[in-house]
Amino acid sequence: MFYREAGQFKTSYKADQALFPILQDKVGMAVILAVAFVLIPLTANDFFLTSIMIPFLVFSLAAIGLNVLTGYCGQLSLGTGAFMGVGAYAAYKLTTIFPDVNVVFLVLASGIFSALVGAIFGLPSLRIKGLYLAVTTLAAQFFLEWCFIRIPWLYNYNASGAIEVPTREMFGVIVSGAEATPIARYFVVLSVVVFIAFLVANVLRGRIGRSWMMIRDMDIAAELMGIRPLQTKLMAFAVSSYICGVAGAMMVFFWLNAAEPSSYSINLSFQILFMVILGGLGSLGGAFMGAAFIWILPVFLKFIPGTIGLEVGAETVQHLTFMIVGALIIFFLIVEPHGFARLWQIAKQKLRVWPFPY
Amino acid sequence: MLYDIFIDPFVQMYQMPDFFLQVLWEGFVAGILYALIALGFVLIFKASGVFNFAQGIMVVFAGLTLVGLYENGVPAFVALALTIVVMGILAYGIERVVMRPLVNQPDIILLMATIGLTYFLIGFGEFIFGGEPKRMIAEELWLPTGSTAIEMGERGLIILQHIDIAAAVIAIIMVTALGIFFNKTRIGRALRAVADDHQAALSVGISLNQIWAIVWFAAGLVALATGIMWGARSDVSFALEIVAFKALPVLILGGFTSIPGAIIGGLIIGFGEKIGELYWGGLVGGGIESWLAYIIALIFLLFRPQGLFGEKIIERV
Repeated sequence: MFYREAGQFKTSYKADQALFPILQDKVGMAVILAVAFVLIPLTANDFFLTSIMIPFLVFSLAAIGLNVLTGYCGQLSLGTGAFMGVGAYAAYKLTTIFPDVNVVFLVLASGIFSALVGAIFGLPSLRIKGLYLAVTTLAAQFFLEWCFIRIPWLYNYNASGAIEVPTREMFGVIVSGAEATPIARYFVVLSVVVFIAFLVANVLRGRIGRSWMMIRDMDIAAELMGIRPLQTKLMAFAVSSYICGVAGAMMVFFWLNAAEPSSYSINLSFQILFMVILGGLGSLGGAFMGAAFIWILPVFLKFIPGTIGLEVGAETVQHLTFMIVGALIIFFLIVEPHGFARLWQIAKQKLRVWPFPY
Repeated sequence: MLYDIFIDPFVQMYQMPDFFLQVLWEGFVAGILYALIALGFVLIFKASGVFNFAQGIMVVFAGLTLVGLYENGVPAFVALALTIVVMGILAYGIERVVMRPLVNQPDIILLMATIGLTYFLIGFGEFIFGGEPKRMIAEELWLPTGSTAIEMGERGLIILQHIDIAAAVIAIIMVTALGIFFNKTRIGRALRAVADDHQAALSVGISLNQIWAIVWFAAGLVALATGIMWGARSDVSFALEIVAFKALPVLILGGFTSIPGAIIGGLIIGFGEKIGELYWGGLVGGGIESWLAYIIALIFLLFRPQGLFGEKIIERV
């Protein structure tokens, strides 16, 4: 009843192939964008923006990146953290070399470097699949992490070994560095995420995205039908790494202000992989839902003992958070292995037929 | 430059054989420990096709339980027995709560479930035993400590830690015992039947659930042995968990389903890592131990994707 497409007739192929063919989807997307661009900046305080919204958006973007590779092209990767790191370090080097260029442009450009690195480490995917491929991406993870520590040129020979983001302006507003206001950072991050998300959504339903899905579903058949595995897989690695690289660069430029090699460790890779799996493999909306769950839940759990009047040490809370997140991951995998995206689909179906059961 | 890469290390090996042998010994010991972790992976992978990421944390968890019990006044050997019981309960719990509902899911879901299990056990272990490193109760378990120096005539001497020798002996005993268990006993044969074909095994009356609980228990015992050995060399801490990732290249080298493969793969990785680090690591700034194992495995994969002893099941496009 609430989500019914009855009566919405398409008169052209173009309308039929639109990104949001149903009116409700269009309205829903417009509402989400309005909330994100207008309501949240108007109402949210700095804590909400810096600790929840900005990390959530950055992780969503990273999850989209991994989803392109794992969800749409079927190549398991455990090196996401390192590819994000490549983006961060590339953006850092670019700002030192070109201090006058707009920082957002540099962040977007830094993804190109991680795309190149990703494509190189994607080369073994032509011979191996599945868990074996996961090991080669682990090689990328540990090798790149080592590079971030051992190559001082990457962090400008800083004594601390960390990269610190310089202050940069855009249209007269400081957007990066310690002085930038949360609201400015939020708008930059949000705009980049929305831009890339729509770009990816369009790539995925086009020829390239479909060829990825063919490789995922049945590679031999895909090859017989004229899809070239070499180009397709490497393209997936490159696009995925590009998005992850941009996410990694935004992570340090608009959220953390400074990053150490350990920020891009294997744990980050796992976190992103959780977001993708829990959100739903092969779903863009799922990437956002997974990121929200994995990022916001621990933040939320931190405040529960305080609000119900329990005096619990910070460490205990952290341990309990680990336990709860682990248990919830297993729980969701058992209850709905296809992730939140499937739950959303079920909900949509219910809305469509309501008040009847089917 | 070329001299440094291709000639100098070998000259050093020849000129200082005592140092070279010491490096080999270090590599051997590291390899044994990698092999023990890989063994736990292989056991579970063989029987259920689950790639058990939680093996590393099970090692930490077993070690922590043992030390934690001892610190609370339980005698060492009673603590050991109790830890075995705890690992049994853990195995049953994992089978009942995690594996049984996830039967027949795709590999990646099962993999994620074991990573979720890892998170749970990290939180659980830290919650109960605290996060700080603990000393392993090696002497109390009658494990030898101290070291022997072997003189090599004029060439210097090699120092062997007794605990390392003990680790090697225990590893050999465990592999032999597992080999006998797999080949000669009723349960071992049932395990292999399950590994071959779940449905066929079910149809001849083998209980999958029981077998899986046994396999996880066996992996838990291997984890306990690994935890004791590794803990005795350094400390029992959560940093051990990262070492478990090293088991992956070991498995690639040895093949996912082969127990001897896990041992030999572990040794290759152990030797390669130590020799590479000490003779070639200096050229690129050191610390290459963290990724050399993966690169070795990567190169290996390109030439022999099924591993040294693995089954030829790998698909290619």
